[in-house]
This record gives sequence, C-alpha cells and structure tokens, in this order.
Amino acid sequence: MTAVEDRATTEAPEREVGKARRRKEDARLITGRTTWTDNMVLPGMLHLAVVRSPVAHGKITSIDVSAAQQAPGVIAVLTGRDVADEQGSIPCAWPVTPDMVNPGHPSIAADEVNHVGEAVAVIVARSKAAAQDAVELVDVDYDLLPAVLDMEEAVAEGAQLTHDHLDSNRSFHFVFDGGEAGTGTDTDEAFSSAEVVVSRRFVQQRLIPAFMEPRSVVVQPQGDNYTMWSSTQVPHILRIMLAMVTGVPEHKLRVVAPDVGGGFGGKLQVTPEEVISLLVARRLGKPVKWTETRSESLMTAHHGRDQIQYIDIAADREGNVKGLRCRILADMGAYLRLVSPGVPVLGAFMFNGIYKFPAYRFECDGVFTNKVPTDAYRGAGRPEATFAVERIMDELAVELGMDPLELRRKNWIGAEEFPFTSVAGMTYDSGDYEAATQQALELFGYDELRAEQQRRRESNDPVQLGIGVSTFTEMCGLAPSRVLGSLSYGAGGWEHASIRMLPTGKVEVVSGATPHGQGHETAWSQLVADRLGVPFEDIEVLHGDTSVSPRGLDTYGSRSLVVGGAAVVNAAEKVVAKARRVAAHLLEASEDDLDFSGGKFAVRGTPGSEVSIQEIALATFAAHNFPEGMEPSIDADATFDPENFSFPHGTHLCAMEVDTETGMVKIRKYACVDDVGTIVNPLIVEGQIHGGLAQGIAQALFEEAVYDADGNLTTGSFVDYLVPSAADLPHFDTGNTVHEAPGNPIGAKGVGEAGTIASTPAVVNAALDAVRHLGVRDIRMPLTPERVWRALQDGGDGGDRATAGTNAYGGAQTETTAGVSTPQSALGGDR
Amino acid sequence: MIPAAFAYARPTTVDEALRAVAEGGEDVKIMAGGQSLIPVMRLRLAAPETVVDLTRVAELRGVRDDGDAIVIGAMTTHHDVMTDPLVLQHAPLIAEATETVADRQVRARGTFGGALAHADPAGDLPAVALALDADFVIAGPQGRRTVPASEFFVDYLTTALEEGELLVEIRVPKLAGEWGMRYEKFNRVAQAWSIVAVAAVVRREDGHIAEARIGLTNMGSTPLRASAVEAALAGAEASPETIASAARSAAEGTSPTSDLNAQADYREHLAQVLTRRAVTAAVGL
Repeated sequence: MTAVEDRATTEAPEREVGKARRRKEDARLITGRTTWTDNMVLPGMLHLAVVRSPVAHGKITSIDVSAAQQAPGVIAVLTGRDVADEQGSIPCAWPVTPDMVNPGHPSIAADEVNHVGEAVAVIVARSKAAAQDAVELVDVDYDLLPAVLDMEEAVAEGAQLTHDHLDSNRSFHFVFDGGEAGTGTDTDEAFSSAEVVVSRRFVQQRLIPAFMEPRSVVVQPQGDNYTMWSSTQVPHILRIMLAMVTGVPEHKLRVVAPDVGGGFGGKLQVTPEEVISLLVARRLGKPVKWTETRSESLMTAHHGRDQIQYIDIAADREGNVKGLRCRILADMGAYLRLVSPGVPVLGAFMFNGIYKFPAYRFECDGVFTNKVPTDAYRGAGRPEATFAVERIMDELAVELGMDPLELRRKNWIGAEEFPFTSVAGMTYDSGDYEAATQQALELFGYDELRAEQQRRRESNDPVQLGIGVSTFTEMCGLAPSRVLGSLSYGAGGWEHASIRMLPTGKVEVVSGATPHGQGHETAWSQLVADRLGVPFEDIEVLHGDTSVSPRGLDTYGSRSLVVGGAAVVNAAEKVVAKARRVAAHLLEASEDDLDFSGGKFAVRGTPGSEVSIQEIALATFAAHNFPEGMEPSIDADATFDPENFSFPHGTHLCAMEVDTETGMVKIRKYACVDDVGTIVNPLIVEGQIHGGLAQGIAQALFEEAVYDADGNLTTGSFVDYLVPSAADLPHFDTGNTVHEAPGNPIGAKGVGEAGTIASTPAVVNAALDAVRHLGVRDIRMPLTPERVWRALQDGGDGGDRATAGTNAYGGAQTETTAGVSTPQSALGGDR
Repeated sequence: MIPAAFAYARPTTVDEALRAVAEGGEDVKIMAGGQSLIPVMRLRLAAPETVVDLTRVAELRGVRDDGDAIVIGAMTTHHDVMTDPLVLQHAPLIAEATETVADRQVRARGTFGGALAHADPAGDLPAVALALDADFVIAGPQGRRTVPASEFFVDYLTTALEEGELLVEIRVPKLAGEWGMRYEKFNRVAQAWSIVAVAAVVRREDGHIAEARIGLTNMGSTPLRASAVEAALAGAEASPETIASAARSAAEGTSPTSDLNAQADYREHLAQVLTRRAVTAAVGL
C-alpha cells in the first residue's frame, strides 16, 4: 500500500535552487483573496478609532469625552489616565549605551503630548463609522510648549526641551573608535598628518516606510487567553514584548501575522495601537479591530533615516585614504521605539564601506525632537553609512582631480584579501569588487556615456549628463547572537525551522521567519525540494502564527534566507538522517551502504532496491515496522545561529540627465551588478533588486517627510509624499557575480536591502557630476527640480523647501490630518 | 477615511438632477466622477448634506459636432475625451492635456466637466479651456445660460456656477486656419498635479505668428492667460529668438503660491521656460 503516486521516471528531478520559479504565494496576494488582518470579521467585534494630538508639544490640561461617550454606537472612550496603570511603556529593546536616556513611551499620552498624531484617547464603537464619527466629539485642551524640530538646534546650548522632565535632548552618545578597539590606528594622528582632508555635511532626510497595507490589529479574548492578529513583520517579538508590557502572560497570548502587505522595516515594531487594542479587548472582554487610515499611517507609523552627517576623510595626494571620521546626529523623534537607537549604531560598522581605511572613528548622538519616532527602514543604518562614504569618496576624487572609479579601485579590498577584517572590526566574508565593477561597466556602456557627457558640456547643452558611481557592502544575515549581545541588543539573532513529514508524503515546513511579501514560501520550498528530493508542489510553508511556529525572530535585515533558510536546510538534513535509519531498516542494509538521491534511498550496488523518503514518511506514520529503539518520527527541528554576518556587495552606475533650465533630473541609464552569494530564485532576487532600487532612488529624488514650523507633517498624504511608480523609474540593467557566503549552508548573503543601499549615492553622485562644472557641489535630497535649479542659481545645496502642502486637491489637510496651523507653519504658503 | 453621513441622490436626467440639487438642503455637492470630491469627503474636508451623483445622466455624456463648435458633455470621462475623434481633430490640445491627468484609473472615472467645475488651480483642463476660448453651458432652475471661459473661473475652487446650477456642456470653437497646439506640463511624478503647466494655441500665417493664446496652470488662484506674451507674439516672426523674448513676460500678472514643490519665484521662472517650450512646439519649430 502506498499513498504516494508512482513516478514513471527514475531520473533525478531538476535542481530547484537556481530556478526562476514564479512565486506560489502571488496569486492570493495579488488578487487580495487572502486573510489580510482588516478582512477579519469576528462575532461581536468592536471597532477602535484613535483620537490624536493636533499639537507637537503640549501639556494635556483637560479631556472631555462625555459627548463622544454618548454618541450613537459608542461603547467606551478611554484616555491615557484610564489606562495609566496597565499600559506600561512601548519597549525599546536596544539600549546602545549604559547611560542611554529613555523618556518612556505611553501608548496613550496621559499628561503630555510630544508629537502631532500621538494618541490621546481611543473610541470603542459598534462600527468603524461610529468610532470615526465620535473622534471629533472628544474635546482636549492643551497648554502649548515650544516644539523642538531641528536637530542642530536641539543639541545646542540652552535648547528647548522635547521632554521637559529630561536634562537635554540627547538620548545617547555612542562611539566606535578603531584605534581604541585595536582594529585601526589613531584617527587624530591620521588626520593631523594627512596631505588632504575633505569635510562635508550631508543630510539624510526623514523618510516614511509607506508600506502598501495599512497597519491593522484584531484581538480576540477567550477567557484569559488572547489571540492577536496584526499586520506585523515580527509576531514572535511582538508576543514577547506585549507580555512584558501588559502583563498578559506569554503563554496566554497567541500572535498571528496573516498575510502582510509590505513593511520595509515599518512593521518591525511594537505599536501603541497594538497595546491599546489588547488593553481594550482585555477590559471589555470583546473582540476588537483597529485599522489605520492612510493619513494615520503616514503621520504616526514610525519614520526612517533622518541623520545629519559630518564626515571628514583624510588621504594623501596619490589618493590613498588615511582616515575617516564620522560625527552623526540621529533623530530619534519624540520617543524610543523597538530598535530606534540601534539603527544608527548598525551603521557604525559600515561607514568605512569596502575601503581599507587605516583609521576610523564614529560617534553618534541620538537626539529627541517633537516628531514621530524613527526606527527601522529598509537598510537601517547601512544606507546612511554607504551614502556618506560614497559621497565623500566622490568629493575626495574631485579634490584630487582623480577619476572617482580610479580612487575607489585604489582603496578597495582586493579579491585575494578575503576574509578581510575591516577597520570597524567586521570580517568581510567573500567577494570580488573588481569583477562586479567590470561587469557593471560593460552593462552600462561607461565609455560611450562619458563621451556623450563631454559632447554635451562642449556644446553647452541645456540638458547636461552626469555619471554616478556607488560601490557598497552591507552586513546582512542579522545576526550572530553573541555580536548582538556585545551591542546590548535585547535578543538573539538565531532562527528556527522545523520540518514535518506527513503520512501522504507531503511536507510541512515551519519557519520562524515571517514573510511580508518576500516570497519565503517559494524559496523555502525550493530549498527543501532539493534537500529532500520531494516535488516543489508537495511542500507547504507555515509561518507567522506563534501557535504554529512557536519559535522565531521574524523578518528584517536581509536575514530570512541567510539565517532562516539555513535553519530550514539544517532541519531537512536532520530529516534525511533519520529517514536513512528507517530506510536501512526497511531495505535490510547498513546505513553506510545507502545512497540518497532524488528523494530515494538505494542500496549501493543493488539495483531496484530502493525506498523513497515519501514512502518512509508513511512507514513512519504506521510505525508497524520500525528500527528498534527509534521513536516513530522523522520530523526535525533546527535552530541556526550564524557565527558571522554575510556581506553582499555590488557596484551601481547611474547616468543622469539634468535639465539646467528647470532643474528637472531624469535617470537616463541605470546598471548594477550585485553579489548576493548563492541565488536560490533568480526571479525573487531580481524583484528584490528592482524594488530596492526604486526605494533607494526614491530617497534620492522623490521622498521626504516634511514638518512645518509647528511640527505638523505636511507630507501627510500621497499627494505630497511622493512615492514613485514604475512610470517614474528607468529600465534597470542588472547582473550578478556569485561568491558564496561561507557562513551558512546555502551560501546566500541576503538581497532585501542591497538595491536601496547602493542606489541613493549613485543617483546623487550622477546628478552632481552633471552640474559640478557649473559650480554645484552638493544638492540636498530629495533632488527636487526646485532644489537643483536653486543650486544652479546660487551654488548652495538647494536649501529648504517651503513647508506648505500642495494646494492641489483643495490642499488636502485638516486639523485631523496635519494638526493645527499658525502663521509660522505656512512658510510662504497659502493653504 | 470614512466620510461623515450624507444623503445621496442619483438622478437620470438633467431636470431630475436640478430638482435633486434644489431639494438637497443647505449644502449640496454635485458628484461628477468623484475623483476629487470623494477624497476630500473621506478626509472630512467636505461634509455635504446631500451628494447628487450625475453618473447616470446619460444626456451629459459624449462629444458632438455642432457646426462651428464641438460640444463636450460635462460627464464625458477623461478617457472618452482623450480618445474622441472630434476632440482629436478639432481640439487635440484637450486630448494632450487630458492624457497627463492623474492615472488610468482616475481617467476612467473622472470627467471633463467635473474637473472644470472643481476649478483646482493645479488641474490641467481649466487652462486648456481658457486657451481654447471655450464656452460653458450652465443649466439652472431658470433655464440655460452660457458663460465664456474668461468669466467662468472666479477664484480658488470657485466658478461662475451659482447655487442650484449644473455645468452641462462645454462648447469648444472649431479653429479656422493653420493652428498648432501644445500642453507643457511640469510635475515630479507621473500621476501628480501640475506644479506649473502652459497651454499654447498658436495660429501661423506666412511664417509669422498671427495669434497666440497662452493658458497658465497653477500660476494663481485661477487659470490665467499670459496676455503680455500673447501681445508680444501677435504678428511676430516665428523665430526662436522672438518666442524666447516674448516668453520672458509669462509671469507678468500672475500670483503663484509657494508649496513644497515650488516657491513662487521658481514657479515664475518655470512659467517662462515652459511658455517658451510650449509656443515653440505649437509653432512647429
């Protein structure tokens, strides 16, 4: 008897790893016929709407909820005072220094609000419409306090305070000094003896993750148990943190991330609304749902980037770099969220990039301002670092009169030098920067474009052409647990997987890495199909539910395949090892005499004597005829904790047309070659590169979270926060080199962030290369046409933008979408 | 993103629509595609008592030939306008500008009349209607009246439409002679509103510019005609130099706003560059 279909052929199946499979999850994700959190409807479910502060900084003097409480359909209205004893503080898991100041982060403000959009009350009603209607009926009085909005002012002597119970706006001062760490020489000495020093101030503007699916939470109480569905990247971390914050015991709490529509780091968080939803469900004993509006999402979900970088580079006249010094102001916003302080600290080990700096020093101040908190956003610390080093290398090249590529080549790590310990103490695992660069240059058509640039310069063409180079590496595969420990992070970096062999020969793979659009189900199936020799279609990947996948650390930092995939592979190897013992028993042979190939164990030298792993799964289920002393299971678990990070790298080239009459920039050509190690699915890799490029280019050209002088977010809708679409982006010429990562059984390095990290400086360098001969040496991101035009007019960096939102659309802003307006907030604007 | 409660009427004729508007109470909004109205209602910037939805008023859809003019029904969708043979033959400028409006989905629902009656200064079609000297036919309880484009746009989001009235059709005069047209739009991403745009309609005669009509988008609270440029071009030689020189006065008499896409001085600069480019293209240089 067999429940497994006989397959006619005995040929080994085609290798799955490396196959450009279409993603098995896409049909349901793209059509929306799936369980997004907001699709959930539970019997008796109540709906939440959050009343939010229209002021950036103020004391709450009174809240009158009586009118809202009496509104039709309203069940309850809760304020910060009502939940003060049970709401705890939104957790920060990364105290980057022992003396880091954490002001505490109530989910609902009780006494003081510190950014526009902060929750001040929650409405619970029978319908979403009733809840929304009642928001306007809550009357809150504020005593206004001055809003702290500018980081450089915030750290100056006598600055206004973001939190008046603190002494300053500094949360922490983090230092990495290569000289002190023993990984480099003395930085001051390197600079004082240098022939050339170039210093620049770069601004990493504030960005909004802008995931497609708005955040949504559903909580169902069952006795003293609670199930939370949330549109989150991190169900496992969320469960632990909610237990710690609210006192609901961890074993009484189940968290489910159903299909999740994007995150980009923006859903790597424990949000106030998740805490509020749990508290309300606990208090009322009823299921509740909260789903944000797009305006709420842009205004209150955490933001990313927002650094001011003071970068000094030292070199000799021949272009050999001697030292790098980075002083960073990193805007935390009003509070510390899950890993807010850790984001710039991740960058601390990457500012040196792929270059052999003998001396390196990094210092960073975490600064409080009255804005929404910042936290993880695609790349998290590494784009900021890459931007700084790739921009300063171009500035140095200009100073030395060298070709920017030649300068890089002179200083990067040679292929023969891997593994290479960097001045920041990282051990770069593998790669070949020269090979990737050569391939990129060929894809790009570098020489032709340089010739055209020359022609346009000579003819004084109103449209000038520039070429930008960016090379990069990044630390991926977050993370070796002991390294996280040394950086004071509150958790490890391992990942867990288990494989369950079902009686009919089908396979369930349980992964602790929870996808939110990456394609784990497809890639994990490919990995397991190869290792177990079962058909791709026979594999199901389970994830995202803490009761199904009890152990995991979720998805961020290009870790899923590198760490989570490695756990899957290791679990599969354990399954094969157990099955081998069963096979030996069934075939009456020694384990040592068995070959395993194409899913079948065969006795070496005995044709026809074989049993498939799927047949063994059935034999294990029956357990009628099993090896003596072996428990009847061939299922296996594995937990993989990497010993080192993995280090993808690449070379990106951008050709940019700049219309000098209008300031409009347009990418003419973009080519990149990335080394992400072994490629499991080329289609997914290509997609990640394309999406990453779009997001990195968006930082360079389009996106910026703009606050006005009163702390209102004026980019509060997609009319003003410009996310580019395919129509606004060029064709991408992409390629790969492959240097396997030695640190995991797959050889993969991680690809989720590569495009985002490398593209931003390539694009800015290209625009500057087009107009540098016209006296422009910097333009602030995003390179709006107005900024480019102003830089061309007066040689500055393009300056501040007016902060008023566009008048199109009727100036789509109200108190509830963008806070209050005063004369200061309309910098030259007429709302 | 949930609008406040409102009453809803969906008439099938203009007469029914006028009645629904009259009976709709204090604050009635007419929905002609809803691509601007619904977002502002969802943001609760508008909370009308009654919404009168014209979607089912068939007589307001379509383009017809009326001798010396083409007549575009107010409820003709952007998509239908863009692809209409009469529009392409007699007023290609309308098709060219309409193609730049928002995205495909919006163009499938948004309407020509809706966009004009909304009178968003950053909208593309008002300046085009102004440059083409279109006439606006308005129906009201007292019957119909016609208002020229030059008098239709009164102020920011405000038109000559009185309470109780509906825009029913737009008459676009057919042009005799050798005309060229161009819409130069400047924005940052494909689906965005114009930061500044210029609609140029030019008649050539014997190597000269006999007549030029220049409409400006988003250079003030209403669409504007660049009359100084028009005067400078009338009868001028059709050369790059004369066009460039005339275009320098494109910002005269304008009062652009400052927002995060552009401050006023930059908008004035853009108006000059875009006017030069639009006229140059319209002239066929």
